[in-house]
Amino acid sequence: METIWFCLVAVMVAMYVLLDGFDLGAGAIHFLVARTSEERRQVIATIGPVWDGNEVWLLAAGGTLYFAFPALYASGFSGFYLPLMIVLWLLILRGTAVEFRNHIQSPIWIPFWDFVFFLSSLLLAVFFGAALGNVVRGVPLDQTGYFFEPLWTNFRLGEHTGVLDWFTILVGVQALLALMMHGGLWVQLKTHGAVSERAEKVAGRAWWGVLVMTAVVTGATFVLQPQVIANFHTWPAGYVLPLIAVAGFAAVKFELHRKNERNAFLASCTYFLGMLTSVVFGVYPMVLPARNPAFSLTVQNAKAADYGLKIGLIWWVIGMALVTVYFVYVYRSFAGKVSETPDSPGHGD
Amino acid sequence: MGSALDVHRLQFAFTVTYHYLFPQLTMGLALLLVILKTLALRTGDEHYNRAARFWAKIFGINFALGVVTGIPMEFQFGTNWAEFSKAAGGVIGQTLAMEGVFSFFLESSFLGLFLYGEKRLGRIGHWWAAFFVFLGSWMSGYLIVATDAWMQHPTGYRLNASGGIELASYWHLILNPWALWQYAHNMLGAVQTGCFVMAAVGAFYLLTKRDLPYGRTFVRLGVLVGVVAAILQLVPTGDFQGKMVAENQPATLAAMEGLFVSQEGAPLAILGQPDVEKRQLDNPLQVPRMLSLLTYQHWSAHVQGLDAFPANQWPDKIELLYYSYHVMVGLGTIFIAVMVLSVFLLWRNKLYESRWMLWILMLSVPLPYIANTAGWMTAELGRQPWLIYGLLRTIHGASPRVGAGNVWFTLLGFMGMYTVLSILWLFLVYREIERGPEPENAQHAGVTPLAAD
Ligand code: HDD
Ligand code: HEM
Ligand code: HEM
Repeated sequence: METIWFCLVAVMVAMYVLLDGFDLGAGAIHFLVARTSEERRQVIATIGPVWDGNEVWLLAAGGTLYFAFPALYASGFSGFYLPLMIVLWLLILRGTAVEFRNHIQSPIWIPFWDFVFFLSSLLLAVFFGAALGNVVRGVPLDQTGYFFEPLWTNFRLGEHTGVLDWFTILVGVQALLALMMHGGLWVQLKTHGAVSERAEKVAGRAWWGVLVMTAVVTGATFVLQPQVIANFHTWPAGYVLPLIAVAGFAAVKFELHRKNERNAFLASCTYFLGMLTSVVFGVYPMVLPARNPAFSLTVQNAKAADYGLKIGLIWWVIGMALVTVYFVYVYRSFAGKVSETPDSPGHGD
Repeated sequence: MGSALDVHRLQFAFTVTYHYLFPQLTMGLALLLVILKTLALRTGDEHYNRAARFWAKIFGINFALGVVTGIPMEFQFGTNWAEFSKAAGGVIGQTLAMEGVFSFFLESSFLGLFLYGEKRLGRIGHWWAAFFVFLGSWMSGYLIVATDAWMQHPTGYRLNASGGIELASYWHLILNPWALWQYAHNMLGAVQTGCFVMAAVGAFYLLTKRDLPYGRTFVRLGVLVGVVAAILQLVPTGDFQGKMVAENQPATLAAMEGLFVSQEGAPLAILGQPDVEKRQLDNPLQVPRMLSLLTYQHWSAHVQGLDAFPANQWPDKIELLYYSYHVMVGLGTIFIAVMVLSVFLLWRNKLYESRWMLWILMLSVPLPYIANTAGWMTAELGRQPWLIYGLLRTIHGASPRVGAGNVWFTLLGFMGMYTVLSILWLFLVYREIERGPEPENAQHAGVTPLAAD
């Protein structure tokens, strides 16, 4: 039962990364692909009607984590107090920027929100990456089941780690590059003309960065987190997951060459799925590894009581079926490229 | 620990109070939008669609702020109340996760369609989009109120061998009787906010002699729905909430009413300042025996005062609790008066010309916000010193490792950020009101505007 919920939470987090990932990526490359205010409006219009729904995956994943693994939620959220609060502020800024940018046509108002949108998206990508890095590296949990990490200590991997050290910063940079690629592929798919072409170029360049960073981070992970090797050793079938990531990643380049916009985006989704499932597989059965393995939180010691988990399964399945219907409907309603004239759907006024 | 706990409480109170400023209008307007869209469908009069489009813009701005301020709330259960989350997450995590899965997805998906998709969806489709936005926001209200209700009056749980709280009955959690009454009362409060805002904008147009047909529609709709909500707010819902508090949280009731001494035929305090040290109400203005009558339907029923409970079971901010409660009830009474009078004038065909009444409607706009905030403060302060009534003390609920310094840092950050958001909200909403709805005769000439007026 707890393993099922572990997978379900992982699926929801993965959905969040795939969907809100392209919003963040679009924000981070915003100034690279769009030169004029009108072009920037097009970039924002590609995510305008969907970003809130995408962000709800984060909330729903958080809520699910809360009731399925309350001890993990309590320990993880209070331990990452500062970075989470910063993430919240960035989410507030990003949401405000996307929603309010088009309300006033003024040469002060619009560039200001464009910049806020860019900066908050960029920093969010780095912070989410660093968070993942922390989970892989392990946190200073002790026998009480709690920890508290400052933002940084000495950037080394000693006893007293901070949220940011060289490893987690590397993961943050990897996440940023990967989301830039993902966002670029989304924008090229959803826009016309110059914006679409530049987005494609940005995605192509980011690809090389992702290649290097993935190699470095994967290497470092094997050194830092022994559980990963152990798990792949015990269940060799797990190697499929990184292979999926590699295949998806190669396909991105291939499809970009063939100029198949949709497949390139889908390939990137595959890459993300492969990477995330590999990580999840790698740390299982831990949900929050500790620097001292004796204190790690695992699916068994962090889970809620069985009755609640069973009941939850029933409504979760119904709820997700409905969510699938809404998402298919909404994405179909806003299918196609955003128009180059401002009165199109997705225009946020 | 003491000081860190106080900052945790202050931060949570500040962020949730601020958040709730937005959803109350969202939920109230969502209902009014459905009514406008229904009127448009039933009468075929494009006027109502244009009115709905105007309110949809304000709705969109307000919704965005509700979303960005709501996300921190969900996180703060874990960041600031870790011990509480660990103890109770298996139970209230259910309602919170359901809120995400069932309502936020619904709302956020259909709001996009409602705001941007009118042309594509057609008349009926657009009505449904409005309806789903309404449904999503009202469901969200229920699930969050059910979460709070469980903290006020835990049901459907059991304690396991190691003293942990676990879910024992899903339906007892979802259909907590406390939640049903609290929800009804709370939603009426939200509807009142929507009605007062709509009526105030209408009054503003009538007083400044612009957009007159819209001004009349807004005032009329606002006061007609508002009068029903204002009355139901008092009876049966407010009355029942009070009885539930009396039955389940007697110490809270005594503190709310400023009743220090247990007595038969207890009076109802209308005015007066509680002096907790001397255990008395200064400058009291009381209605004799009224409290006994209202709570137990009997002139001389015995009501427990604070002296019936050891001081460590008293709410810790009795003064604030007492004032919150009295502000809410006082404003509730005023709302009934304002709405009944307006409807009377409307019935006599005088409302649109009574400038004094329009002034009152326009200036009342902050009051429902104050009443809703005061109501929540009553509920939350009254629950003290418990976080989960009877199960977990507030002092045992906070995050053990998050120090006061870090919480002050984030609290100040939220305050700064929210100040900016407030300015933006006021600025953008005022701008939409100033711009006004689309002119009546823009398209669709030939439709007689508002035959009813
Ligand atoms: C416009 C808003 C508004 C107005 C006019 C009133 N209320 Fe209220 N009241 C609320 C908005 C509200 C609320 C915000 O919705 C609360 C807070 C928590 C809750 O469930 O509802 C609430 C709670 C609440 C409680 C529960 C407190 C607790 O749980 O400890 C009682 C006993 C009342 N109300 C009683 C009344 C009475 C007798 C009113 C007389 C007219 C009244 N309210 C007007
Ligand atoms: C329905 C959802 C809500 C839930 C689940 C909830 C939960 C909580 C929690 C966990 C605390 C902190 C613990 C404590 O100090 O007791 C708290 C405190 C508080 N909440 Fe709520 N709350 C909700 C809604 C609201 C709203 C809408 C308001 C105000 C408009 C509000 C006002 C307060 C205040 C003033 C406090 C501080 C109480 C104190 O420090 O004594 N709450 N609430
Ligand atoms: C501690 C308590 C609360 C939490 C954790 C919370 C959480 C949230 C979150 C995460 C959102 C954003 C949803 C989105 O992205 O679409 C939101 C919006 C909303 N919340 Fe809250 N909330 C709390 C208190 C309340 C209360 C007391 C009510 C009403 C009874 C309420 C009603 C709503 C509604 C209707 C919305 C959507 C409309 C809007 O954003 O204005 N919330 N809330």
